[in-house]
Amino acid sequence: MQKSKLGLDFTKVNRARSMAKSIADDVKRFSDKYTSVAVERTLCRLLGVDGVDANDVPLPNVVVDSIKEKSALGQGAVFFLGNAVVETGLSPQQIAEKIASNKLDITQLPTHTREEVTDALQPYIDYSIERIKNNRARREKYIETIGEGPMPYLYVIVATGNIYEDVIQAQAAARQGADIIAVIRTTGQSLLDYVPYGATTEGFGGTYATQENFRIMRKALDEVGEEVGRYIRLCNYCSGLCMPEIAAMGALEGLDVMLNDALYGILFRDINMQRTLIDQYFSRVINGFAGIIINTGEDNYLTTADAVEEAHTVLASDLINEQMALTAGLPEEQMGLGHAFEMDPDLENGFLLELAQAQMTREIFPKAPLKYMPPTKFMTGNIFKGHIQDALFNAVSIWTKQGLQLLGMLTEAVHTPLMQDRFLSIENAKYVFNNMRNIGDEVEYKKGGIIRNRAKEVLDKATNLLEKLEKEGLFTALEKGIFADIKRPKNGGKGLDGVSEKAEGYLNPFIKLMKS
Amino acid sequence: MSSGLYSTESKDFDKTLDLKKVKPYGDTMNDGKVQMSFTLPVPIGDEGIEAAKQLMRKMGFENPLVVYYEQLTEGFTFFSGYGSCTHTVDYTAIHVPKVESTKWDMHQTDEFIKEHIGRPIVVVGASTGTDAHTVGIDAIMNMKGYAGHYGLERYEMIEALNMGSQVPNEDLIAKALELNADAILVSQTVTQKDVHIKNMVNLIEILEAEGIRHKMIVACGGPRVTHELAKELGYDAGFGMNTYADDVASFIAQELDKRING
Repeated sequence: MQKSKLGLDFTKVNRARSMAKSIADDVKRFSDKYTSVAVERTLCRLLGVDGVDANDVPLPNVVVDSIKEKSALGQGAVFFLGNAVVETGLSPQQIAEKIASNKLDITQLPTHTREEVTDALQPYIDYSIERIKNNRARREKYIETIGEGPMPYLYVIVATGNIYEDVIQAQAAARQGADIIAVIRTTGQSLLDYVPYGATTEGFGGTYATQENFRIMRKALDEVGEEVGRYIRLCNYCSGLCMPEIAAMGALEGLDVMLNDALYGILFRDINMQRTLIDQYFSRVINGFAGIIINTGEDNYLTTADAVEEAHTVLASDLINEQMALTAGLPEEQMGLGHAFEMDPDLENGFLLELAQAQMTREIFPKAPLKYMPPTKFMTGNIFKGHIQDALFNAVSIWTKQGLQLLGMLTEAVHTPLMQDRFLSIENAKYVFNNMRNIGDEVEYKKGGIIRNRAKEVLDKATNLLEKLEKEGLFTALEKGIFADIKRPKNGGKGLDGVSEKAEGYLNPFIKLMKS
Repeated sequence: MSSGLYSTESKDFDKTLDLKKVKPYGDTMNDGKVQMSFTLPVPIGDEGIEAAKQLMRKMGFENPLVVYYEQLTEGFTFFSGYGSCTHTVDYTAIHVPKVESTKWDMHQTDEFIKEHIGRPIVVVGASTGTDAHTVGIDAIMNMKGYAGHYGLERYEMIEALNMGSQVPNEDLIAKALELNADAILVSQTVTQKDVHIKNMVNLIEILEAEGIRHKMIVACGGPRVTHELAKELGYDAGFGMNTYADDVASFIAQELDKRING
C-alpha cells in the first residue's frame, strides 16, 4: 500500500485508473482501424525518404499524396514503397524522387506478396531502428559519463525564429543552469500538414521544427553539455497535424522531450479528434521506443477554465493520457503529465490549494516526471510581482518533487524571453530549490485541514467525471466541452480528410518492432 | 559606484511640480530617478561597467549608477542601474485619442440596450490569423470574464459568439455576415515582427473590398493594442491593457445607438 501524506484513498485512485484504462482502450480500438496521411508520411521517413521536390514539397508528402490521389491510402505507403522496391530494385528515396518527377506511379505496379515486400524493406527498417537505438544509447552514455542536473529539471524556452540565434540563447541558458531547452515552434506550424525542410531563420514567435534544425540544436547542446558537465535535453513539439512525423524526426535526431498530446491539439488548435488520436498512437509508440519523455498539455485547460473549479478535469485527463501512453508502450518514467500553478493570485490560501494539487498529482503518478507549468494567465506585465508569483510556483515544485519545471518568466505577457529574463528565472528557481530542498520530507499535512480536504475533493470530482466519461467515451466528452470548457465536434476541425480506414493487408512493421 | 550608504548628494534643483516640465519622481520632486536593466554584448569587467554608464548618460541620465551586474554567458553582461533623468515632457500639451464612451457595468449596459436598441446585440469575436492565444478573446467574451468583469456571453442583451483562435479573417467575416452581427471583435496577442498589424490591416481590407465595412462595428484588442493604433488601422476602437468586457460592451452599445438612432 502506497503511503500518502494527504491521506489519499488509493482504492479510489485505482478505480479512477481502471476507468481511464477503459476509456483509453476504447480510443485504441477506434484508432487501430484507421491510418492517416501523417502516419503514412512518418512511415516514409522511417524508410529513409527525405528532402523536397522542385517546388519545396517534402518528398514524404509527394509519395503519400500520390497514393491518396488514387484513393489507396488505406493500403498504406509501406506496401506501395516496398512493392516498388521489389519491382524496381531502387531505394525508397530513389522511388520518391521518381514519383516527384512524375516518372513512376507506385500504385500501378504489379503486386508482390507481403513477405517479398517486407523482406525488401528490411534493410531500411533496420537502419532507422538502429539509428534510434543508437541515439538512445548516446543519451544514456552521456548521462552516465557527464551526468545530468537534479530534478526538477529546469526547462526554458528559446523562441527567436532563427535557429542560429536560438543556439546562442540555448547555450547561454545551459551555462546559467538550464537542463532542458525547448525550441518553441513558429506560430501556426501545428496546422501545417507537412514538415518544412532545412535550416530556417524566419519564424513568428518561434522557430520551425525541421529535421535540420533539430540536428543543429542537438549538436549545440551536446557541445555546451560537455562544457558544463551536464547533459542538456532538447525538447520540441510533436503535436498538431504532423504529430507522428515530428516524433520520428526527433527520434532520428536524438531529441529527449516532446510535447505530445492529442487532447491539446483538439481543444486548443481545433484539430480533428479522430485524426489526431490516430496520429497520437503511432507518435507515442515512437517516443516510447526512443526513450523520449512526452509532455501532455493539461495545464492549458486551466488557462481557459477556472483553476479552482476545474482542477479535477486536469487529473481526469492526466489519468486518461497515462493510459493512452501505456497502450502505446510508453512507460511511466517517460510520462511528463502536465498540470499547473494557475490560480488567481488574489485568492485567499491559493498557495495551499496549489500545494494540495501538486502533491496529489505527485502521489497519484509516483514514477512520472511530471511537467509543472508556471503561472501565465495571471501574469500582467507587473514584472516585479510576476517574479514573486514564479517564486511561489518554484516553492510548490521543490516541495512536491515535480519532474520538469517549466520556468516562469517575469516578462510573461510582455514578450518572448530575453536572455536576461531567462537568467533571472533560472536564478530564482535555483535559489528556491536550494533553499527549500528537503521541505517536502519535513512537513506533513494536518488531518482534516485545507490541503488534505482539497486533494480529496479534486480526486472525488475526477473520479465522478471519469465515471461519466467511461459511459460516454472520450469523443462524446470532447463534443460536450468537458475539458477546458471547449466543445469540439467529432467530424469538425482540421485534418479529417487525411484519415482513411486501413485496408486488407495494411502494413506498419514499426509498431511491433518498437513496442517489443 | 555608490557606496551603498544613504545619499548625501546635494539636492539643489527646483522641487516644485511644473506640469509643463514633468520628470520621474523617486522620493523628491524632480529628482528624475529611473530604474533600468539591460544587457550589453560585452564581457564582464570594468570596461563593461563604464560602457553601461556611458550609455546611460547618452540616454539622458545624470549620475548613472550600476548597482548590479552579472555575466549571462561569455560576452554578455546584464546590468541593473539607476540614473536621474534630465529630460522633461509637457504634460499639459498631451492629447491621447480615447474610446469615447462612458464605461458602464453589465447591468447598465443591458438596460441601455433594452431601452435604446430594443433587441439583443450580436457580437462575433476571434483571435485571428495564426495567433493561437485565446486568453484575450476569452477574457472579453466568455461567460466568466476576467478579474471579476463578466464576459459578453453573460450579458442578457448580447448574443456573443467566440470563435476561438487561429480563425482566418475570411471565416470571421463570413460568420459575422451569417449571424447578421452588429460588431466584430478581433484579438491579437502575438506581436512579434508586427504580425498583428498585418493581420488587423488585412481584415479591414477585406471588409472594404467587399463593401461591408460600414455594416458593422469593428473593434480590436490585445496587450499591445491602443485605441490610437486601432483608429489608424481603420478600426472603430481599440482596447489595450486593463480594459475588460465592460469597456467593450459599453462602447458597442453606445456606438450602435449612435448609428441607429443618430
